[in-house]
Order: sequence, then structure tokens, then C-alpha cells
Amino acid sequence: MRRPDGPAKVHGRFRYVGDLQVPGMLHARTLRSPHPRARIRHLDTAAARRVPGVAVLVTAADVPGLATYGLIVADQPVFGGVRGEVRYAGEPVAAVAAVDARAARHALAAIEVDYEPLPPVTDPRRALAADTPTLHPNGNLFREIDIRHGEDGVHGPVVVEDDYAIGMQDQAFLAPEAAVAIPAADGGIDLLVATQWLHSDREQIAACLALPEQLVRLTLAGVGGAFGGREDITVQIHAALLARAAGAPVRIAYDRVESFLGHPHRHPARMRLRHTATHDGELVSVTARVLLDGGAYASSSPAVLANAITHAAGPYRVPHARLHGLVVRTNNPPCGAMRGFGVPQVTIGHEAQMDRLADALGLDPVGLRVRNALQPGDVLPTGQVLGGPLPARELITLVAARPLPPPAKHDPTGLSLPGGLPAMAEPSRVRRGIGYALAYKNLLFSEGVDDASTARVRLALAADGTPHAQVHSACAEVGQGFVTIAAQIARTELGIDQIELLPADTAVASAGSTSASRQTWMSGGAVRGACAAVVDRLLARVARAAGLPGPVVETARRSLTITGGQIVGAEVGLRMSVADALAMGPVEAEYTFHHRRTTALGAAGQGDPHVAFAAAAHRAVVDVDLDLGLVRVVSMALAQDCGTVLNPLALRGQVEGGTAQGLGLAVMEELVTDAGRVVNPTFHDYLIPTAADVPDLDFVAVTEPQPDAPYGVKGVGEAPTCTATPAIIAAIRAAVGRDLRRVPVRPHHLVGPPDADPPDADAASGGPFGEGPS
Amino acid sequence: MSGSEAGSNAGPEPPRPLGAEAEAEAEAAAEAGGLALYRLNVDGFLRTVSGAWLGDSLLTVLRDRLGVTAVKDACEQGRCGACSVLIDGRLAASCTVLAADADGTRVVTVAGLGASGLARAIQARFLSEGAVQCGFCTPGFVVAVTELLTRRPDADDQEIREALAGNLCRCTGYGRIVAAIRAVQQERGILPIGGEDDVEWHP
Ligand code: FES
Ligand code: FES
Repeated sequence: MRRPDGPAKVHGRFRYVGDLQVPGMLHARTLRSPHPRARIRHLDTAAARRVPGVAVLVTAADVPGLATYGLIVADQPVFGGVRGEVRYAGEPVAAVAAVDARAARHALAAIEVDYEPLPPVTDPRRALAADTPTLHPNGNLFREIDIRHGEDGVHGPVVVEDDYAIGMQDQAFLAPEAAVAIPAADGGIDLLVATQWLHSDREQIAACLALPEQLVRLTLAGVGGAFGGREDITVQIHAALLARAAGAPVRIAYDRVESFLGHPHRHPARMRLRHTATHDGELVSVTARVLLDGGAYASSSPAVLANAITHAAGPYRVPHARLHGLVVRTNNPPCGAMRGFGVPQVTIGHEAQMDRLADALGLDPVGLRVRNALQPGDVLPTGQVLGGPLPARELITLVAARPLPPPAKHDPTGLSLPGGLPAMAEPSRVRRGIGYALAYKNLLFSEGVDDASTARVRLALAADGTPHAQVHSACAEVGQGFVTIAAQIARTELGIDQIELLPADTAVASAGSTSASRQTWMSGGAVRGACAAVVDRLLARVARAAGLPGPVVETARRSLTITGGQIVGAEVGLRMSVADALAMGPVEAEYTFHHRRTTALGAAGQGDPHVAFAAAAHRAVVDVDLDLGLVRVVSMALAQDCGTVLNPLALRGQVEGGTAQGLGLAVMEELVTDAGRVVNPTFHDYLIPTAADVPDLDFVAVTEPQPDAPYGVKGVGEAPTCTATPAIIAAIRAAVGRDLRRVPVRPHHLVGPPDADPPDADAASGGPFGEGPS
Repeated sequence: MSGSEAGSNAGPEPPRPLGAEAEAEAEAAAEAGGLALYRLNVDGFLRTVSGAWLGDSLLTVLRDRLGVTAVKDACEQGRCGACSVLIDGRLAASCTVLAADADGTRVVTVAGLGASGLARAIQARFLSEGAVQCGFCTPGFVVAVTELLTRRPDADDQEIREALAGNLCRCTGYGRIVAAIRAVQQERGILPIGGEDDVEWHP
């Protein structure tokens, strides 16, 4: 089964949101604050409004409804306002719609903003200090979680402890943000958007526009990647405001620089981890302090922290744990969802610790992991009992047994050496290293949230008399392949070939977010349930029409089956084509899928917060040029806990893509800020892996079905992103013999003075976490 | 699947390249106003460009003036390859070329590669090997791979990866893209069949 949208994509005919044209459409651009923290004394738009071609200009004064929005807490202003503060460099201040983009840009340049710059708070360790100003009426603390598990003060005789720091990664999806907003005759608005969650967008847009939700209609336009970066609102409210003000359609679009500034990123993290074990390698306790920099606004920070801290001890049995996490507000760019959602950061930490511990114990790193790996029935630090399959032991064992790549060969082209052709390494100065990482990652939304998904299915006769099904789900296809899976499920359940996926829009109930590895399970479950309901209704109708007795009609599925377009009931002596059954009229059903109930974290961080988990193990092999500090990732092997596999090709694409993003975080990707300003918001300076950087993936899929998921599926996109980074860092450590506590690893960490750039280097307040509330 | 290609992607209406009439009008207006005026041969069609700035990139003119949205814009800095086209058969990032400089050349986008059997084979293999996810990089990759396999039909793995390092893909991790290229080479008898190691399954 191949992607239904594939042919249009390979021919360049698939329309992404930035490709859309609507007659009479205006073009919009956004003005952003250059200051990470400033008061706006005065905003003068008169000259900008007079720029030829300008149709409308909107600022905070033009927001009719709620002035703020947000995924969890509405704390982010639609526009930084007069007499209000702007809280990060890049915060929108105004938006202009004009006849073309050039006129809109000229108008932005003509807007006069009188900023009174204020000293920004950019060190998250200072965010909660007594002398730090409160940056927002909601305060500087987004969330604190303190998990206490087992007994306080029980530790093993072997102790490893260290600090780790992880930089800010960007989703860097390839198609920059854009949206088209079209004012409607009924006073409402229609939006074509590239988003991960149509209904959340709608709720936030409607609140800011002071419109009832049914007057705000969203349709998913072509999405060019997401990875968490489209879960938050960016262009949507601005486009809607402009279109309503202009009474004309508006397309708003970001360029790459704006895209880097416009959406929340992966949280930079600092952590101190202390692991203790017995002399024979049994973990006794883990103590973790994790500090996430949430940036200026909440976005999904509270949920990201819960994920980070509940996974901070990794997929290991830990009898005693104290896991304390904070996510704080600063004047850095806002951070939110990115693939892995808090887990990649802590995985980098706990896997470094496991290697340290193996070293201290004189044990093999694989053996230590095997020995301590979680198994179903084990109790997690939250008190949650691990259910479902989690073949963590098997994964790390499998990946360690994969054949190793051949040793570096003499290569006159230099292409296979670190740095490739431009930085040809001296072969005798290249060292090879091997590293491992194991992780687990929760699936679906956690902490008691019922993130249900609804789908509608209609089975009818097409014009040519053949049965034809329409599947309607608001699930956002962002590239991951839900369209393929949905069609595959409908075809299987309905037993017919003609499946049409209606555009994802808000005319059907929410499918929840395309995130948290949840859509195959949740919206796949909804499509399956709706199809099953359609089949039940169709069979009942046939049984009724055939005059079968009432009990048979009510349980028609027991006596009738659909095969090859025929409805057959051998025992009741019935045979009818699906087409004939549909001649009596179409059949339609809607189904809402819920996952099992979880609970919020209560006192001492205890509860049953996560629906289920998936695990992954990577082995990385790297070559390092000891003179230039350049790294080449020679090979990656992955063993992953995949549940039932519905589409092997889509699975492979997800795990390879996830691995590449983890590789990026290991050795190249970081959005660098200087006093709150992003200094590298371009593909020139923010490097993402190319085909020359990513080796072939040696992939082993472990396919134990997840009992409570439709068909036994598990989400697959996130776990490999968590393990790729620490496996590569471990391999580099093995090659160069340095601690490497700062990620991404840069050449100067490998060839400079030892421990250049340590994770606690810029501590202004003594300890690595500054002054905290506890 | 009865869902047409267009049906899988919502939009109010297809992109509207300027009609012949509009082009003639624009031409007249440009001549009258003394604005930049030139013709571009895009995918075999002669298109008149008027009113564009002489400083406009080929990418801007293709997308914004001529409605050629098969060429994608992801960086405008020559760093991502989403805007890849062939100019007289040579691979170029259209965001780094002045449109006016392309006057007198043959510009080919993914939409104009159709006649080439090689491009068709590449497109088919991108689909069958799973090289397409969000697809935003795909038009650029198809152009770049067509150029590569025309120039170096037997490029080996490393050469392929180096040659495509100017085209970014954020979704696939490149594995399936390289697999698609190897499959094209196999199909054309350039590579022995069966080199690909596949996934191992542990039920
Ligand atoms: S848009 Fe031209 S290379 Fe990125
Ligand atoms: S498929 Fe999404 S960027 Fe390549």
C-alpha cells in the first residue's frame, strides 16, 4: 500500500499551504521585536498605512477577543502591545496585508516602534532567583514536579554523578509556516492551514477573534513536515485578523529566518544526575535534577516537563529515586513540542550515566543495561506499573549483535573520512568509537488527558455503481503517512477497494494532535471503529431485508461476513453483493476512540500517568579526526519495539527520519542565542544532516503487539530520535576518551582544552541550578 | 483509490498560471512603463516576465510571477535544494540565480521532466521505495537525481550521497531516497539486483 498523496508529490503538483492562490488574495508579513525584553512606549503605524499597496495593518489594539493564546495556558499575546512588554526577540508586534509581499515588507519597515529595552533574563538558572524580575503576570515558573520513589537516602556503594547540558534544537521542517484566511459571508472565517491539530487551532483562533467556534472553519492544507513545530499557533490568528479587517482573503507566509523565530523549539536542558549501584551492577538509586528553559511563553512546557522528569531514570528498574524537575520562564525563544517531547534530553543524561557506571564497575555497557532493563510488571518511579510489552532487554541485546562495519579503509578520495573532501583527515589520526543507547518513550497524551479521536465513514455507491467509502478524520497528515494507514484500515475493515479520504477539516470532530506518536493508534482506532460500525449497520440492514429473525438482525456480524464484495451468511442461507445492499441507500457511522484512562501526578509525583511506552536501542559507530575534531557517523544500527507493523515502508521511513534528527542533535544542530537573540536562524548557520552525514540504517523491528491498541500497533516516530543522539555521543566519547557533557558536540569539545564549554560554565549563582524554590 | 491526487490535498482552486491574455496585457503594460521585460523558457513554454525587478531570483519569478509552484521555497539561500531546476541541463538552485540571467536558457522544473524516461523511473521508485513523506523536498530531489543519473548513471553510494548533499530532507533521513536511486540503477541494469539489506523482523 503506497501513499495516496505520493503521485502528486513526486510530480510537484501537491499543493502546500504556501502554494495556494485565492482570487483577490492579499499578502501578509509580520513585524517582530528585535529585543528579548522591552516595553513598547509608542507604536506609530500611520506612515506604514500610507505605503502604496497596503490594505490593512493590525496590532494588539485590533484583537477583538482574548489578547493571548496558548496550547495549555493562554499566556502568549497575539501581538506584543503598547504599554505591555515584549518577552522574546522575535515576538510579533504587528502584521500587514498588502497587494504583494514587497509592499507588505515596505510597510513593516515604515512602522515606528519606540522600545524601551529592559535587561533580559536569559539564564534559566536565574529565573527563580529572588532578585530576578517577574517576567509575566503568571510568574516565572511554568511547572515543578518532584517524584519520590522508594526510600529517601538509600544508595548503593558505587556512585557516579555529573552535570549535562543540551542545546536548543529546532524542528526545521522544510516548508515554512503559511496560512490562507478567507472571510465568509456569514461573518465567520475559513482558514487553510498547515498545522498538527486543527481543533486546538480553532479553539484558540475563535477565542482571540471573539467568534463562536462554529464560525471558525479550518481545512488542512498541504503540510511540509512538522515534528512538533506546528502544534502551536503561529500565523493562524494573524491571518484571520487581517482577512476580517480587509474583508478579503489573505495569505501570510514566513521565510526561513522567520520560521526559526516563529515557532517554539526543543527545550534546552541542564541536569545533574546521580546514579548508585551495588558492586555487581544492580541500580539502587537515581537522583535527578532537571531544569528546562521554557523561554518566554508556556506553550506545552508543563507537559514536556512531566515527560522529561518521569523518564529521567530511563528504562531501568530503580528501587529508589528522587526526580526533581523545573521548567521556567526566561526571555529566550519559547520552547514547546519537538519529536520526543522532553525525553531526548533526559536520555542523553541517563545513558551517559549508565556508561559511566559500567566504567566504574568494570562492566560492559550492554551487559549493565541488560541487567537493569525494565520488564513488564516493574514499578516505575511514579508508582505506575509497567504494562504492555517492553522488550528493552531484547532490543539492546539484538542491536549489540548486529555486524560491525568494516574498519576504515584507505580512501584516496577522502569522502569516507571525517570532514569528507574539504577537510581531508590524516588517516592515522582517525579514531573509531562505538556507543550504545537504550530508551523508552511514552505513547499518546498522559496525565489523565482524554485525547480522543473521532472519524466518520460513509459507504455508498459511486456513480459507476461500485461501492465507495468516504473516510473523514481531522487527523493532520504532516508527512508521517496517516493517509496511507487510514486508507489501508478502511480497505481491510470494509472489504472494498474504493476508499476516498476527505480533506481533514473541522467539519468533523477532533482527531487530536498529530504528536505523541498517537495518530496510528488513536485515529487509526477511530477509523477502524467507524468502519466496523458501518459494517454492522449494513449487515443488520441486509439481515432485516432478508426477513431474518430479530436476534439475527441484532447480531448480524455473527452470522454474516463480507468477502470479496459479497455479503455471505452460509448458515442462514443468504448471499448478496455489497453493491446490492447499498442500493437501498448509503450507510454512515461515526466513532470516537478513547485510550485507557490514566491519572494525573499526585503527591510525591505518584500516579499512573502514561498510557503505554515504546522502546528503542541504537548502536552508533563513529570516526573522529583527532586533529580537526570532525566526526563522521559511520554506521547506525537500531532495534526498536514497534508493536504490530501496519506499513513496513512507512515504519522504515519514520525510524530513519527519527535517527537522522537525533544525529543532528548529537553533532550539529543548535539554535544559538546571545543575550536572548537567536544568532543562527538560517540553513547557512543552523545545519541539519544531509545525505552525506547520515549512514544507512541497519534496522531490526521487534513486533510484539500492544494489547490495548487497534491491531496491536505502537507509535514509532519518537523512540529512535531519543536514542540516536546518546548512542553517537557515547561512540565519540569512546573514540576520544573525553566526558562530553555538552550536546551537541562541537569540534572544540574534541580538540580544545579538555572539557571546554562545561555544562555549568556560566553559572552565575554557584550551583548548576541556581536558586530554586526547593 | 478513487480519491484523486487533488482530493487528497485541500485547496480552494488550482494555482493559476497567468493566461496568455494576461501575459499579453502585462507585456504591453511593461513596454509602456519601461519595466524589466524578458522571456523565460520554462518547461518548454516561452513565458513573458514583466514588472519583475531585475534583482528578482528565478525562484521568485517562477513561483510568484509565473505560478510555477512545483519549485519549492525553503531557504532562499542556496542551502536546501528545494528550488532545484535544470538550466540548460545543469543543476541550479533557482533561488541563487537572477531570473533575468536565465533569459535565453532552457529552464526545466520537475513538472517539465516528464518526457524523460529517467525522470519517470525516478518518480516511480521514489513512490515504491518510500522516499516521499511530507514531499516538500521531493520535487527538488527528483530534479537533482535526474541530473545526477544523467551525468553519472553508475554513481556508487558515496557519490550519490555527496552529490545530493545540497538537497535537504527533514523527514526521511535519506535512506529511502538512496534506496530509490539504487532501485532505478538496478532497473536500468547498472547495479546487480539484490544488494539491498532489508529489515529483520522479530515477532
Ligand atoms: S530555496 Fe533555494 S536552495 Fe533553498
Ligand atoms: S519528505 Fe519531508 S522534507 Fe523530505
